[in-house]
Amino acid sequence: MTEKETRPPRVTIKGTRDGLTFILDDQCSYNELLTELHEKLSEEQYRLDHGPLVHVKLFLGKRYLDDQQIADLKEQISERKNIVIDDIRSDVITVEEAENRRKDSRVTRLAKIVRSGQVIEIRGDLLLLGDVNPGGTVRATGNIFILGALRGIAQAGISGDDRSIICAATMQPSQLRIADILRRAPEKGEKVEEERFEDLECAYVNGQFEMVLDQLQRVAKLRPELNDEWNVRTVDM
Amino acid sequence: MGEAIVITSGKGGVGKTTTTVNIGTALALTGKSVALVDTDIGLRNLDVVMGLENRIIYDLVDVVEQQCKLSQALIRDKRFDCLVLLPAAQTKDKAAIDPSDMEEIVEELKRDYDYVLIDCPAGIEQGFKNAVAGADQSIVVSTPEVSAVRDADRIVGLLEQEDMDPPRLVVNRIRNHMMQNGDMLDVDEVVSTLAIELLGAVVDDDSVIKAANDGQPIAMDPDSKASIAYRNIARRINGESVPLMNFDDDKGVLKKVKKFFGIRA
Ligand SMILES: Nc1ncnc2c1ncn2[C@@H]1O[C@H](COP(=O)(O)OP(=O)(O)OP(=O)(O)O)[C@@H](O)[C@H]1O
Ligand SMILES: [Mg+2]
Repeated sequence: MTEKETRPPRVTIKGTRDGLTFILDDQCSYNELLTELHEKLSEEQYRLDHGPLVHVKLFLGKRYLDDQQIADLKEQISERKNIVIDDIRSDVITVEEAENRRKDSRVTRLAKIVRSGQVIEIRGDLLLLGDVNPGGTVRATGNIFILGALRGIAQAGISGDDRSIICAATMQPSQLRIADILRRAPEKGEKVEEERFEDLECAYVNGQFEMVLDQLQRVAKLRPELNDEWNVRTVDM
Repeated sequence: MGEAIVITSGKGGVGKTTTTVNIGTALALTGKSVALVDTDIGLRNLDVVMGLENRIIYDLVDVVEQQCKLSQALIRDKRFDCLVLLPAAQTKDKAAIDPSDMEEIVEELKRDYDYVLIDCPAGIEQGFKNAVAGADQSIVVSTPEVSAVRDADRIVGLLEQEDMDPPRLVVNRIRNHMMQNGDMLDVDEVVSTLAIELLGAVVDDDSVIKAANDGQPIAMDPDSKASIAYRNIARRINGESVPLMNFDDDKGVLKKVKKFFGIRA
C-alpha cells in the first residue's frame, strides 16, 4: 500500500440534490490541497467537461483563505468548464472581519432632532429618539428606526443591503432610499395607490425591487434576520 | 454683568429687527438698561426703526477699527436714557469685523448693560457667525410659513452647536383667520417642528409697520396686541412667568399658545 492510500483524503466530494459539495481538509498545506483537488478533478468520474452544469459548494473547515487564495481555488475548479461555484464557506474569519461585522450590526442610539441641513451618517443600525425635520437627512448602512416623526430624508442600506428597512413612528418622509432604490413623497395632487397609515409604518424593498410601505408588524415578519434571538429569554408564567 | 441675546431667523424679512427693537424697548420700559447692536453691515436699519438715524456719527466698524471708543459710538434713545444703540456701518466692507471683535465689544457692553440685544443679518454666512459670537442666549424668529420654519430649523441646528443656552422661539406675524382656516401653519405646528421653547407669538398688525415708519417702536403703544405681546416676551426674558390670559380676549389660536405655557409651567 502506498502512503497516499493510507491517509484520509484531503478532498472529499459528496453528491447532493443541489449538486456537489467539496469538503476540503483544513490541516494539510494549501499546496497539498490544490494538488489533490487537481488530481480529483482529473479522475474520470469527475470529468465534467460535458453534460449539464454542475453546482458546487466548498467547505473549508477551519482554514482561512485570503482573497488571492480564494481566487486561485476558484480558477483551479472552474477550469472544468461546466462547474459553477455557488458558495465558499469557512468556519473562521479574521479579527478584522469579525470587528467589521460587529460594527455593521451594531445599533447606534441617538437622542436628537435632526434639523434642516443636518446629515447624520451611521455604520450599522440607527435608533433615533427624536424627529428628522424637513431638510434633514439620516443615513445608515443597516436599518433605520425612528421613534419620532420622519419628515426629511432617510437612507438605509447605503452600502448596498436592500434587505434593510426604515421604520418611523410618524412616517411623512420627503424621500426614502434603501440600497439604490428611491422613493419620494407624493406631491400635491398626486395620488398614492397603496393604503397609507403614517403611524408606525415601515419601508422595505419587495421581490420586484420596489419600495413598499406597510405596517410594522407585517414587515417585521418579512425580515426574520432582525431578531437577536440569542439574546432573548422568554419567561412563561 | 448683563446678558447678551442674539436675535436670528435664517430667512430674511421675518421680523428680526422689529423684534430686537421692541423687546429692547419693552425691557427698557421695565427699567432694565439695554444696548442694541446692529450687525447687519451694509443694510443697517435698526436705527431707522428707532428713529435715530440722524444721530449716527460712528458705527460698529469704527469701533473695531479703533476710530473711536465704544462709548462714543453708542446712541442714546429719545425715550429712554437706559436704552442705547450701536449702529451697523452702512458703507464699509463686511469683512472688516470677525467673531473675536464681536466677542470683545459684547463683553464690554455686558459690563454696563443688563441686556445686550444683537440684531443678526439674514443667512448663515459670516454675518451670522459674527452676531452669534458674543451671545449667551438666542432667540429665533419665524413666521408661520413653511419656508421660514425650514430656515429657522437650520438656524436652531447651528445654534445648538454653539456654547450657549438652547434657543427660544418667537412666532411673528400670525394671522388668526388664516390659521383657523388651515391656510397657514398654526403656532402649535411651528413649535412642534422646531421643538424649542416658545417665548411668545406676535400678531400681524399694520400698526407695527406704521410704527416702524414713524421711528416709534410699537412696544410704546399701551393698547395694541402686538405691543402687549412684545412686553410679555420682555417679561419672560426677565424670568417672570407670564400667562397669556390677558394677552388676547377671544382668539382660538392664542388659546393654543396659552396651552404651551400651561404645559411648561
Ligand atoms: N408683527 C408684524 N406685523 C406687521 N408687520 C410686521 C410685523 N413684524 C415685522 N413686520 C414688518 O415686516 C418687515 C420686515 O421686518 P424686519 O425688518 O423686522 O425683518 P428682518 O428679519 O429684520 O429683515 P432682514 O432680514 O432684512 O433684516 C418690516 O416692514 C416690518 O415692519
Ligand atoms: Mg433686519
